[in-house]
Amino acid sequence: MSETRGLTLAEKVWNDHLVVKGEDGAPDLLYIDLHLVHEVTSPQAFDGLRQAGRPVRRPDLTIATEDHNTPTLGINKPIADLTSRTQIDTLRGNAKEFGVRLHSLGDVEQGIVHVVGPQLGLTMPGITVVCGDSHTSTHGAFGAMAFGIGTSEVEHVLATQTLPLKAFKTMAITVEGALRPGVTAKDIILAVIAKIGTGGGQGYVLEYRGSAIRSLSMEGRMTVCNMSIEAGARAGMVAPDQITYDYLEGRPHAPAGADWDDAVAYWNTLQTDDDAVFDAEVFLDADTLEPFVTWGTNPGQGVSLSENVPDPSTIIDANDRANAERALEYMALTANTPMKEIAVDAVFMGSCTNSRIEDLRAFASVIKGQKKADNVRVMVVPGSARVRIEAEAEGIDKIVEEFGAEWRFAGCSMCLGMNPDQLAPGERCASTSNRNFEGRQGKGGRTHLVSPLVAAATAIRGTLSSPWDLEQAPELATTDELATTAPKAV
Amino acid sequence: MEAVSVITGIAAPLKRSNVDTDQIIPAVFLKRVTKTGFEDALFSGWRQDPEFVLNQPAFAGAKVLVAGPDFGTGSSREHAVWALRDYGFAAVLSSRFGDIFRGNSGKQGLLAAQLTEADIESIWAAIDAEPGREITVDLLSKTVSVGSLTVPFDIDDYTRWRLLEGLDDIGLTLRSEAEITDFESRRQSWRPKTLPVK
Ligand code: SF4
Repeated sequence: MSETRGLTLAEKVWNDHLVVKGEDGAPDLLYIDLHLVHEVTSPQAFDGLRQAGRPVRRPDLTIATEDHNTPTLGINKPIADLTSRTQIDTLRGNAKEFGVRLHSLGDVEQGIVHVVGPQLGLTMPGITVVCGDSHTSTHGAFGAMAFGIGTSEVEHVLATQTLPLKAFKTMAITVEGALRPGVTAKDIILAVIAKIGTGGGQGYVLEYRGSAIRSLSMEGRMTVCNMSIEAGARAGMVAPDQITYDYLEGRPHAPAGADWDDAVAYWNTLQTDDDAVFDAEVFLDADTLEPFVTWGTNPGQGVSLSENVPDPSTIIDANDRANAERALEYMALTANTPMKEIAVDAVFMGSCTNSRIEDLRAFASVIKGQKKADNVRVMVVPGSARVRIEAEAEGIDKIVEEFGAEWRFAGCSMCLGMNPDQLAPGERCASTSNRNFEGRQGKGGRTHLVSPLVAAATAIRGTLSSPWDLEQAPELATTDELATTAPKAV
Repeated sequence: MEAVSVITGIAAPLKRSNVDTDQIIPAVFLKRVTKTGFEDALFSGWRQDPEFVLNQPAFAGAKVLVAGPDFGTGSSREHAVWALRDYGFAAVLSSRFGDIFRGNSGKQGLLAAQLTEADIESIWAAIDAEPGREITVDLLSKTVSVGSLTVPFDIDDYTRWRLLEGLDDIGLTLRSEAEITDFESRRQSWRPKTLPVK
């Protein structure tokens, strides 16, 4: 980094958290503003502290929730699976012993860790956020530097509230233009990953810029940043603006009074300087973008919904060709089949990518007054208990149930199937989650990643579809309408 | 983490190459929620076999594992180091280590010493001649000796220093305690706080 040129958003946030600048190739020591904890990656971290006789340095910067293992039905009953129950009981014991705030199953603030942080107003611009979970990148939507860490790093942060880190490279992803109706944040990020590949972001912090990003709601920006990790990146960020501030103001942990004014004054300085230089740049045209859907077994294997399953024999790179062949075999798909002819067995509406109130509203706007296809099971899982309550207040639960879908309690659910919500072997699912890896949603399950709008239309028709394929195209709410009353918990 | 300097104890020969972390500790044990107590999991796929080296009385209580090339390759699980450490090993010798395994070892007080393949074979021969004999791994002089045989080993200076000082990652960071406290005293009041609960 030379003295003379400006700085990127990522560099500004990094520099403002330097506790010790690493010399001679040693890593920098960075301060961590917010540490999110869940039951899967924390047990051994707490056990390590216990053995070394170390306390949690800053319980007031730490918050835990139960999400990966929690059931989405019968949440009052003991958890049947022993491993799941042990992990949750262990978190409860650790939270108590170390004085960490925990939102347990049944609590109004329980939910997927990446939904809970923003909803409480804890996630804010210009902070560092870590969690033992790769989709921590979600929080970058606020202009925070947010990334996933491993269990030994979780212990490190619990003990010291810092992390030794080597600086990341920076990549600008500029998306210019206006999205057509029915095209969403999910389609942007799936198209980005298809373009740069699942390793394209390796070693980088991505900064999403351009008019199409600026016009996204906070929910949409979170969807985009959430999947940065699927492009191999450490983190994704969007510079804060009025949309960010409007979302945050008044939330339980958002700054208030003079603190709010100080914060906004600082946040306004976080824009990437005009003369800053990114290590890499990528451009995407939003005007021509269509709903996007994956056909393979990694998030980079996607096409526009109006296209066909690709033909591996036309792929020049031998490695990519072999991967595509293997993926088609696992997915039981034939080359050149129109994507829209692919019939599904299940639709999963949920996960930290798309389970916020706005996502549920978008889904509901399409299915309202309709019936689901006979052979498709449809599961709708709000990202947090708070989102569930808000949706019920708006009648979304009724719309979902009248449609013939299941309205569930909050959690990660079928995103990874650590709880009983799983695909059976061979089942095909249109899923609003972020990973279509082999067996991710259940052994032998086949996943197509889609937006909430595509999930809804697919649930109606039984084949991968966009709302425009429906006999009666629904009146889609505008982004503004979807976002206006995002829930601000009391 | 305890400081390491001179390790003396029984050496167990593991005459296999490419022992990956799945063999060191199979995935089923990863469900546990503790960071210790993995001694039963170590090499569990082989422990049923009475002939397996760790089942032979001569090698009971072994502290040094003398392994074939490419030890600790494969998945990055830290549990592999925990299992070796919990079993009682203080050092592993090999002519090549998986990179992540070697990194994890250094961070957790297990000495991963790299020797030439010829020296590993000489050590095996010395153990074969007298199973259960003691071996000394000296981190100060970077040598391994068994009987009259003394051979050098390699370890990077940084890892060696950390082992000698007994510094785990956290201990290392806590050397900057003053800087951390100073940073905290300057932290703006608008930044997030999870407590008190609002
Ligand atoms: S919803 Fe899925 S991706 Fe998100 S935190 Fe849970 S398991 Fe991970």
